[in-house]
Amino acid sequence: MNIEQIIQQLKEYEGPELKIMEVCGTHTASIFKSGIRSLISPKLRLISGPGCPVCVTPTSYIDRCIDYAMKDHHVLVTFGDMMKVPGTKRNLSQVKGDGGRVELMYSPLEVIEKAKQNPNITYVIAAVGFETTAPSYALTIEEAIREGIRNIRILTALKTVIPALEWICENEGGIDGFLCPGHVSVIIGSAAYEELSNKFNKPFVVAGFEPEHILAAIYDVVRQINNSEKDNPSVHNLYKNVVRTEGNQKAQNIISRYFEHGDTMWRGLGMISDSGLYLKSEYADYDGGSKGLDKDAQLPVACRCSDVIIGRANPDECQMFGKACNPMSPYGPCMVSSEGACGIWYKNIKREYNDEN
Amino acid sequence: MRIDMSHGSGGKASADLMKKIFAKHYSNDILNKMEDAAVLELRGRIACSTDSFVVTPVVFKGGDIGKLSICGTVNDLLMMGAIPKYITAAFILEEGLEISLLDQIVSSMAKAAAEAGVEIIAGDTKVVEGEGGLYINTTGIGLIPEGREISASNCSEGDVVLLSGNLGDHHACILSARMGIENNIKSDSTCLNGLVNSLLENDIKIKAMRDVTRGGLGTVLNEIADASMCGIEIREEALPVHPEVRSFSDILGLDPLYMANEGKMIAVVAAEDAEKALALMKQNEDGKDAAIIAKVVHGKGVTMKTRLGGSRVVDVLYGEGLPRIC
Repeated sequence: MNIEQIIQQLKEYEGPELKIMEVCGTHTASIFKSGIRSLISPKLRLISGPGCPVCVTPTSYIDRCIDYAMKDHHVLVTFGDMMKVPGTKRNLSQVKGDGGRVELMYSPLEVIEKAKQNPNITYVIAAVGFETTAPSYALTIEEAIREGIRNIRILTALKTVIPALEWICENEGGIDGFLCPGHVSVIIGSAAYEELSNKFNKPFVVAGFEPEHILAAIYDVVRQINNSEKDNPSVHNLYKNVVRTEGNQKAQNIISRYFEHGDTMWRGLGMISDSGLYLKSEYADYDGGSKGLDKDAQLPVACRCSDVIIGRANPDECQMFGKACNPMSPYGPCMVSSEGACGIWYKNIKREYNDEN
Repeated sequence: MRIDMSHGSGGKASADLMKKIFAKHYSNDILNKMEDAAVLELRGRIACSTDSFVVTPVVFKGGDIGKLSICGTVNDLLMMGAIPKYITAAFILEEGLEISLLDQIVSSMAKAAAEAGVEIIAGDTKVVEGEGGLYINTTGIGLIPEGREISASNCSEGDVVLLSGNLGDHHACILSARMGIENNIKSDSTCLNGLVNSLLENDIKIKAMRDVTRGGLGTVLNEIADASMCGIEIREEALPVHPEVRSFSDILGLDPLYMANEGKMIAVVAAEDAEKALALMKQNEDGKDAAIIAKVVHGKGVTMKTRLGGSRVVDVLYGEGLPRIC
């Protein structure tokens, strides 16, 4: 079957409405950039999952980052896309403008050199990410220990994907099938989804990032659901040249050498058991006080991100959408990420919306 | 030798710096009078533009902050159909700046100004505390010939949008340098006189021009669509991006549609002029990768026809174009 035939089949799909979630921010970006939604039947709804680790960090974590940025002899080091995630009162971009010491990094390993050059300054790394970025923080700690560097701390808001997917599956009226996160799958392997697929009887498809790959994966999900009476839905790996069944053992090993699982807060979703990664107690000297940053206080009651993220509500069914909550002053994760469900929805209807107001 | 606070004192050290660096490279009848202000004889419609340049690193593949500070302002004048005539240069130097580096940058400005046909007619230098950095503001003046009406608000349904070359080169070059990544990506920093003149001299009816700088093509086209109260439809396949810039931006999650250039422009022309304008652009070294990338349509805002036949909205850039990690 070639790509034109796949597009035609998806365009002409006439079955029951299906909600298909892509869990990975890079998939969301590719779907958006290639206009995939406009190519397929409106009965196939693509829902953007919590696939951006930055967007799901709670306000109390951002507040702690801000405390470090304002503290004497401390510098907060972060990836650029953390800058606009709202804390209780301010975001990091505003704090930097107010004289806070915030430096951007492209890799946490850069901090080793900074820490060596400025022994009187403590560098606090905002360690945000999924299984894909966790190994680079572990390597940073390993390097710091090897070189006897004491002035580095990591403040973890690291999250793991499987418990979040389980949370989504457990919520009624939810998702019919999943496009598994591509980069995370490289680390954890396609086998990691098997338990979920069996337990909830849903298809999980691993796919690459080209629009053709994504369309093929959507087609596979739809086909599995259509055939589900004959065959139980299962995990299909359509990205075999990159994602192995067992994943990347080396990366998994270094994660488990330095980190252990614990409960963690997801902005807009709430507490999800065992979905966080924290430094093990033997490395406590390098921890910037990561536990207990559970408050998501500033998220208004009206925010419906937790419904939007599982496809139970459309963005414009949220009272705050486009008014109090917009891309320049976002509240929930779906708007914080420019590629989140609300961010994309806003871009597509903004002009009509502005006309009404 | 490095810059220290005395170079900004207005005393002997300032005068020495003036003589050894600025006067050496900049010399013309207006500047050489050394009065408090330059006096100009100008008649007609005058275009004026100002811009500040704060890029780090100050020297990069394909250019430096000096060349950039001339080309940026000259290009803004050109985009209004003006003939660039004069430019001013104000420097803010941080103490610790290598004087040899300043000399190199001032010399590069003089060269770019000569190539662009503008005279540097006024200047200023201040020194502040810091870590050897350097910032430049330039203000340019140009004359708009009689009868030339170029404006972002002139476009109408049926017009065609040309882009003069590959997207994102300058942005990718600067980001590579900051990240310490070795590659062959060069900034496209250049003055666009040749490109613009060849269009105007060959009677192409240009409705609007814009240089594609901060905010990228996506933002520029939205500005034009808004100003002209029409829609613009981009064809994804037509967008020229160098393969190396493409893979660099893919890895960092950046979209070349929103990445800055410093030597690229778009021109909106009437449909009947489109092929001729494209051929003229391609004859020029700075326009060899030019392409017809979009058309002006009925409606509002900017949309894109994607490679697979889908369509999507192309919005302005929100916030800063920062690398994503997810």
